[in-house]
Order: sequence, then structure tokens, then C-alpha cells
Amino acid sequence: MSSAAITQPTIEPEWVLPSRGRVGMFALIAAEAAIFTIFVVAYIFYTGKSLSGPMPKDVLELPIFTTVCLLSSSLTIHLAVGALRKSNVRVFGIWWFVTIVLGVMFLAGTGSEWHQLIFDKGLTVSTNLFGTTYYSLVGLHAFHVTVGLIVLTTGMVFTLLGNVKQEHSERAEVFSLYWHFVDAVWVIVFTVAYVVGR
Amino acid sequence: MASDSIALNLVDQSTRPIGDRLHEWVVTVDHKKLGILYILYGLVFLIIGGIEAMIMRIQLIVPHNHFVSPEVFNRMFTMHGTTMIFFVAMPILFGFGTYLIPLMIGTRDMAFPRLNALSFWLTAFGGLLLYYSFIGGTGLYGAGEAPDVGWFAYAPLTARAFSPGHSTDFWTLGLLVSGFGSIGTAVNFIATILCMRSPGMALGKMPLLAWMYLVMGGMVILAMSPLTAAQLMLAIDRYLGGHFFDAQAGGSAVLWMHFFWIFGHPEVYILVIPAFGFVSEIVPVFSRKPIFGYPVMVAATVCIGFVSMSVWAHHMFTVGMSSYGNSFFVITTMIVGIPTGIKIFNWIGTMWGGKIQFKTPMLFCIAFLFQFLIAGLTGIMLSAAPFNWQLSASYFVVAHFHYMIVGAIVFAVFGAFYYWFPKMSGRMYDETLGKWHFWLFLIGFHLTFDFMHIPGVLGMPRRIYTYEPGRGWEIWNLIVTIGVVFQGAGVLVFVFNLLRSLLKGEPAGNDPWDAWTLEWSTSSPAPEYDFAEVPVVRSRRPLWDIKHPEDPDWKYE
Repeated sequence: MSSAAITQPTIEPEWVLPSRGRVGMFALIAAEAAIFTIFVVAYIFYTGKSLSGPMPKDVLELPIFTTVCLLSSSLTIHLAVGALRKSNVRVFGIWWFVTIVLGVMFLAGTGSEWHQLIFDKGLTVSTNLFGTTYYSLVGLHAFHVTVGLIVLTTGMVFTLLGNVKQEHSERAEVFSLYWHFVDAVWVIVFTVAYVVGR
Repeated sequence: MASDSIALNLVDQSTRPIGDRLHEWVVTVDHKKLGILYILYGLVFLIIGGIEAMIMRIQLIVPHNHFVSPEVFNRMFTMHGTTMIFFVAMPILFGFGTYLIPLMIGTRDMAFPRLNALSFWLTAFGGLLLYYSFIGGTGLYGAGEAPDVGWFAYAPLTARAFSPGHSTDFWTLGLLVSGFGSIGTAVNFIATILCMRSPGMALGKMPLLAWMYLVMGGMVILAMSPLTAAQLMLAIDRYLGGHFFDAQAGGSAVLWMHFFWIFGHPEVYILVIPAFGFVSEIVPVFSRKPIFGYPVMVAATVCIGFVSMSVWAHHMFTVGMSSYGNSFFVITTMIVGIPTGIKIFNWIGTMWGGKIQFKTPMLFCIAFLFQFLIAGLTGIMLSAAPFNWQLSASYFVVAHFHYMIVGAIVFAVFGAFYYWFPKMSGRMYDETLGKWHFWLFLIGFHLTFDFMHIPGVLGMPRRIYTYEPGRGWEIWNLIVTIGVVFQGAGVLVFVFNLLRSLLKGEPAGNDPWDAWTLEWSTSSPAPEYDFAEVPVVRSRRPLWDIKHPEDPDWKYE
């Protein structure tokens, strides 16, 4: 085969392609969205079809406080990433920590809500269709929050060890996409389970 | 320049101890090694799934046969279907994609090499989980039993009451785990194709195979995830006492059908679109002409991807949907015929007036064209709801989808094997043995699956373990089983050819086919770094440009 270059080196515009981290994360988010869609469809399909109680209107209360916590964590992680981009690691660490606290508060809220539902109101995953769909949809979301918290905590440890620098801002941003997605899913879950389904 | 090599491997590979070399394959993140692992893994399961098919065909060769019990027969068709779709077709197609995409788009690895390795091992362990059910299906006591709920596992058969033991759970877990692997690979394909192309390779200059894998990746993400969700629901039902598919508590068995087929139908296109990619690479090279209608080909692929997401309920006409539902799915299903028809014309247009070389890969592609057309036509027949009411769940349906999966996909995959074998191994296969493989498999295929339509029309339902004499089914079942012998012989020739050529084949050189895509510009097998210098691309046939600097393609595109 000839050893000539494929083209003569001419002056070409710079070859820029999208960041693989962002594209990969968007692809993952699309897959997650499809999974949640199926669970949401099942929830809506089975709304009001339980053959026995307790019914959603008897036991569910609007989790306003935890919702505010989770949604505001989207803002704090945005601020954290913005700070890291300007290589302000201290501010990054503070906002990152606030994000973790807000996420933990959300999870704790869900935990106490479930405790109440299970022990006081007698609703478990096997009680009726409402229990099955409710725990699996809210639980799937809580699982995603947990995964997010594990990643956030890992990032926090690296920050405290002084390993996080401005060059990592893209990674933090890619992860923040996931966190925003988890928050957006909560808006859907909240609407479906607590507003429409009640 | 692209063919120059860098002296990286100072140690001669053949002198290293075998343990070291095997260890290297286990820990590798190299896309070429993972691609080959995927393919070998799929081949092993191809043999297993093939043996299961043979057991079924031996049982059905004469009426009132007692070769296997009804219970074993149920396990065989469940395991055969599940194995062939999830652990043969998917890994082999992922393997070719993993191996070829970085080479074809001129980069050094996938976007996420470690995710690539993770995905492969998830898929691999998913298959092991499924087959572990033979040992652990009933738990600690007894000899164990494999899943026997059919490959689409309709509710309520999968409920605890009707499927005791753990066999259905192994099925669920196996598909769940391999599903995560598939999603990981799809994410990797999309990120690689969108973000890693060599300088100058705009989307419109990518090889068609890369385009098809891009569409396939998007479909895996949108279709595999519903299956994952449905498997989670089934696991919740079986382990936590949930009621998703439990009709006694108000749950719906039909919902499972919808969820399964929202995955199940796009899955067919997930499998066939990479096969389109192989054919779109092989046909031009052996016709000595560039592909006919490149932009239309891309548009048709994207169009198939979209339309195929809205056809799933044509698997459910006999369930009793509303007439509007039926009409919608009849129409969308028939619409898929338009872009696929465009593709067939484009491949014929590529061959038209070309100097066709009837090498083994090309033979498989030509057979693919005819068989894909016939499979599409029986598909259009089955898409008409009234016709479907008559023949649903009969051997006509079985013949139809095997025509698609074997006649189209497996033929294209065999073509791809012969076409890229020189690149993967560095050696040529034996052309005579390749032709033997082709003709044996072709005869066997047509004996089996042409004649399988007839007992279906005569009313033979699928999944029965035996049948009464005197219904006119005997002769057809006999012919169908005889065809299996030819197919088996063809596959044996293929395996023999593979092993013999690997050890004794002629050295292939970089570019045995005088082809035009970038994988042929580097050595065979490609070095670990793929390209010594990342190539710069100006047309759809970059290697043509190198070989013909006086008349490059980019002047005309």
C-alpha cells in the first residue's frame, strides 16, 4: 500500500466533536427515562384499580418539604460546578456539600414517609396494586437518588483530600446532568403519584 | 502513513506463557479483543442453542414421538429462543460493532473502554446465570430445571403459583444483567460514533455500517430499557409479592404483553439493522462500485428506527384490542415495508452493472437479499389483522421470523465473518470450504424454513411437543427436520474452516479485498493502537483516495 498521507496537509478548520462524557450521559439519561416511563405508565394504568384498601387518598400526604429540598439541590450543584469551572475549589466544596445534605434530607423524608406508611397505615408492596406501583415507582427514584449520593460523597472525599481541580469541572458537570435528571424525574413522580393519582 | 507501525510490542507474543496471555484477555479493555470475545462467546451459545433446536426437531420428526418429555420440550423452546436472541445474536452483533466501529471511523478505541469491558462481562455472566438454572432451578434439592415459560414469558404463567422454583427467576435475572450490558454497549456505540470520528469524517462521510450501529444504539437504549423495567416488575411480583401482572389482585396480564413487545419488536430491528450494515459494506466491495444512494440509505435506516418503535402490538392482534388499535398497528407495520424496500433496491442498484465477484461473503449477501425479501413479504401478510387472527401462534409465524432471523440476519453475519476474518486473524479463510458452508447452509435453510410455512397454514400450532398422525403434517415435519441436518453440517464446515484457517491460512495482508474503508488501511490483525497516525478523511471511501490520488472520491462528493 502506498505510504502517502490520505490528504495533503492543507489548512483545515479545527476538527471539533461533542464531548463524549456529555453524549454518553445523555444516552444513559435516555435509557433511564425509558425505564421510568414504563413504571409511570404502569402507575397511571393501575390508578384506582386496587381491589382493596388503603387507597392513595387515605394515606398519602404531599411531601412538600422534601420536594423543595431535592429541587433546590439542582441549583446548588449548578453553583458548585460553576465555581469549579472558575477553579474556586472552596466554594465548589461548600455547594457540593450542601447538595449532599439536601439529597440526604430528601432520602430521610422518603424513609420516614415509608415507615409511617408501612407501620401505621399498613401499606406494603404486597397489600394492593397501589402499594405495588407506589413503592416500585418511588423506590426506583429513591434508588437513583442513592446512587447519586454515593457519587456525590465520593466527590466530596476527593475534594477534602485536595484532589479536585479545575480540570475536573467537566466531569462534575457531566455528573450534574444526572442529578438534574433525577430531580426532573421527581417532578413527574410527584405529579403522577401525589397529585394525579390521589 | 496509516500503515506504518510503531514498535510498542518489544516482547514476542508467542514466547510468553499461556497463563499470561489468557490473563491479558480477561483484563483487556482493547476494543478488538473485547469484540473477539463477544463473537466467540456468541458462537459457543450458537452451538448450544443449535443443539436445543435439534432436540426439538428430532422430537417432531414423527407423530407421537417420545424422544423427550413434554416438560423437557417446553424448556428447550424457551432456552432456544432466549439463548439465540440474547446470547447469540446480540453478542455477535455487539462484537462486530465493538471490533469494527473504531477501526472504520479512524480512532484508537471506543469512547469508554472500561465500560466496554464491563458490558461484555455483564452479558457473559447474564448467559451463565440463565444456564445455571439447569443446576439450580429448583433450589437445593432435586436435579434442577430450566425456564419453561416461553421466550416472551407471558403472565400469569410466570406467577409463583404456576412457575414454582427458581427457574423463571434465573431467566429474569439473566436477561436483566445482560440488558444492563446491552445498554452500556449502546451508550458506548453512540458516544464513540458521535465523538471519536477521525478528522474530516463528517456524519455524511461515515461508513454506512457506523450509521447503522448509531441507529441500532439508539434503539437499544429506547427498547431494551422497557424490558429491563418489565423484568424488574416481574421480580417484584415474584419476590416481594407485588401484583403488577397478578389478575386476581386487579393486575393485568395484557400489560406484560405490551411491555414485552415494546421491547420485542424493536429488538428484531436492533438485530437486523447491523446486518444491513454488513451487507452495505460487503456488496459494494464485491460489486466494485460505491454504494448506490448513500443518503437515502441513511434516511431509510433512521426511518425504520422510528417506525419500528410503534408497531409492537401487531404481536397482540389475537388479544382483542379495539378496531382502532388494530388498524393503527396494521398500518404502521405495513409502513415499515417502504424504507426496507428502498434498501433492497439500493443494494440491487449497487450490484447493477458492477463487476460482481462471487466470493463467499458476497454469496451470503446475495442469499440475504432474497431471503430478507421473502421474510418481509410474509411479515406484510401477518401484519394484516384478519390474516393474523387465523395464523397467529402457528408454525407459519415460526417460519416467518426464522426466515428473518436465520435467512437474513444469520446469513449476513456469516458474510461478515468471512469478510472480516482476514482482518481479525491476519489469515485468509479457505474459499472452497466457505462455498461448501454456504451451499450446505442454504439448502438446509430452505428445506427447513420454506417447508415450515406449510404445516402452519394447515393449522399446526407452535410449541406443541407432539401431534396426531393423519392431519397432513407428517411429511412437512420430516422435511423440516432433514433440513436441520444440512444446516448443522454447514455450521460444522464453518467451524472447521475457522480453526483450520486460523492455524494454517495464507497470510492475508492489509487489504485482501481491495476495499475502501479505513479498517483495511492498517495491518491485519490491527495493532493495539489501531492507527500509527490518525487518518484524515475527505470522502466516504478514504482508502480509495489513498490508492487513487489521481482520481480521488472527494472531488465528486
